[in-house]
Amino acid sequence: MNAPITLTTPSVQDPSPARPPAPATRPIIRFEAAAKAYPARRGHASVAALSDITLDVPEGAILGVIGRSGAGKSTLIRLVNGLEKPTAGRVTVDGVDMGALDEAALRAERRSIGMIFQHFNLLARRTAFDNVALPLEIAGLPAREIKARVEPLLELVGLSDKRDRYPAELSGGQKQRVGIARALATRPRVLLSDEATSALDPETTNQILALLRKVNAELNLTVLLITHEMAVIKAVADRVAVIDGGRIVEEGATYDVFAAPQHATTRSFLSALTGQSLPPELANRLTAEPAPGRDAVLRIVFTGSHATDPVLSRVSRLLSVDVNIIQAQVDEIAGAPFGVIVVSIPGDAATVAAVVGAVERLHLSAEVLGYV
Amino acid sequence: MFDLSFGLLPPAIVELIIEATRQTLYMVAVSGVLGTLLGLPLGVFLATSRKGELFAAPLANQMLGLVVNAARSTPFIILVVAIIPFTRLVAGTSIGTHAAIVPLTVAAAPFIARLIEAAIREVDQGLVEAARAMGASPLQIVAKVLLPEALPAITLALTLAAVSLLGYSAMVGAVGGGGLGDLGIRFGYQRFMPEVMAAVVIVLILLVQGVQTLGDLLARRLDKRSRS
Repeated sequence: MNAPITLTTPSVQDPSPARPPAPATRPIIRFEAAAKAYPARRGHASVAALSDITLDVPEGAILGVIGRSGAGKSTLIRLVNGLEKPTAGRVTVDGVDMGALDEAALRAERRSIGMIFQHFNLLARRTAFDNVALPLEIAGLPAREIKARVEPLLELVGLSDKRDRYPAELSGGQKQRVGIARALATRPRVLLSDEATSALDPETTNQILALLRKVNAELNLTVLLITHEMAVIKAVADRVAVIDGGRIVEEGATYDVFAAPQHATTRSFLSALTGQSLPPELANRLTAEPAPGRDAVLRIVFTGSHATDPVLSRVSRLLSVDVNIIQAQVDEIAGAPFGVIVVSIPGDAATVAAVVGAVERLHLSAEVLGYV
Repeated sequence: MFDLSFGLLPPAIVELIIEATRQTLYMVAVSGVLGTLLGLPLGVFLATSRKGELFAAPLANQMLGLVVNAARSTPFIILVVAIIPFTRLVAGTSIGTHAAIVPLTVAAAPFIARLIEAAIREVDQGLVEAARAMGASPLQIVAKVLLPEALPAITLALTLAAVSLLGYSAMVGAVGGGGLGDLGIRFGYQRFMPEVMAAVVIVLILLVQGVQTLGDLLARRLDKRSRS
């Protein structure tokens, strides 16, 4: 795919989405210039898995970290519960520096941080009930209290009827529900989700993500999730951080990042989702230079309260310009409407400037991708 | 008394075979239990003490590994003779069925330790990570995750160890240990009584079959991975 040629800055004039992102509260998880390097071994230089990670997860928010495999997201999430320790900087949870704790203090702290996994990591020889009970047994709760806590959790995740089933008798989605119930058993303030839907089919993925939203809302649980799928971010995350090569290259409210991605990695993640990629036939013909007789290809991003405005017909009527729709997609991100439309218009400079100006006056962003 | 040999063997010989079977079972059972008591903690330690593991102690792991390998590479018949002073120290004597339990246990423990190590290493590391994320201590991880999850494999490992001990026990005749192997050598081979040899072999086959069938059954009962 050709890199789009930006003539106008893709700034969003009105970034206020219909539903505000998580209320601005104090951050519960803080990465403060955290880095993780694996020491040099014979024949290998030391490897920097994460460099200079500074990131706040607001209390009650769902923050998604997206990156390709090897980008460092697994290491990043493991810094939060001390399964990995940073080699520089700090990671704090509710003010507690996780890297500075001794083993006993770390174990106590981990009980307030739940974690779910891509491959569920359920014990094969324990029933659903006993799997959920495990963290409570570890915490030393008496059997009666364990029973009193586990049953409502199984109810919450919709598995009351499967309490005596073994993991081998459950579907992938049901296993992850058990994993979620288990992660919630110790009543944590934070839930870490390590690619929790990557082994599930799309429909089951949506059910699990809906469950995460539900526990986020009902229990005011802060969720930090890592994924390689933009669809997961789109479905649940209030905020998104894009990680590439061990660094966070872009971070912000999900809606803003989707509406105006700044980094190439973000764009490439978004391309499949939001009409950011052009049909190949068109992309191949696209050139950077205007020429007589050529049409300009324009991408208009509909965001916020203007996402539903009849922009095209207005532009067409006001400027008497023929607008040809090449591609269009209307979507919902974090509960707010979001649309991308790619159009071609006559390619002379005056028309292009007039259309871009008109679109921007309507508080939307327009970007000239090239000429065909 | 009911003639178990259906009249093929003289009653005195049948009597001997029954007594030898009793001795063999006694030796295998006691050395199996003692070998497990010693081998289980050693196996757990071997499986959890390499660099970066729960009880990381790489040096101790290597030392124990060497000792276990040395014990396992010594042919059993040589081990029996080589540790006679130790046997005398423990059992008060170096001959007889009781004394034979000492070398059998010494041979079984490192073997069982390796089998248990292998069974525990089969447990998915993801489960260990999940338990650590819950705030489990290393001992809790062993008690609540590693041993219970490895139990079907451990059952099969102990079955294998019991079958091996049946074989080893045939050699302790060299120190007057008695048992089926001893009977087979003394009567079947040295006194040219092939029918005794055949009877001994048949009893051993039946024992091995019985132990293996029981072990398989138990392991299948314990294994919850392949239902529905």
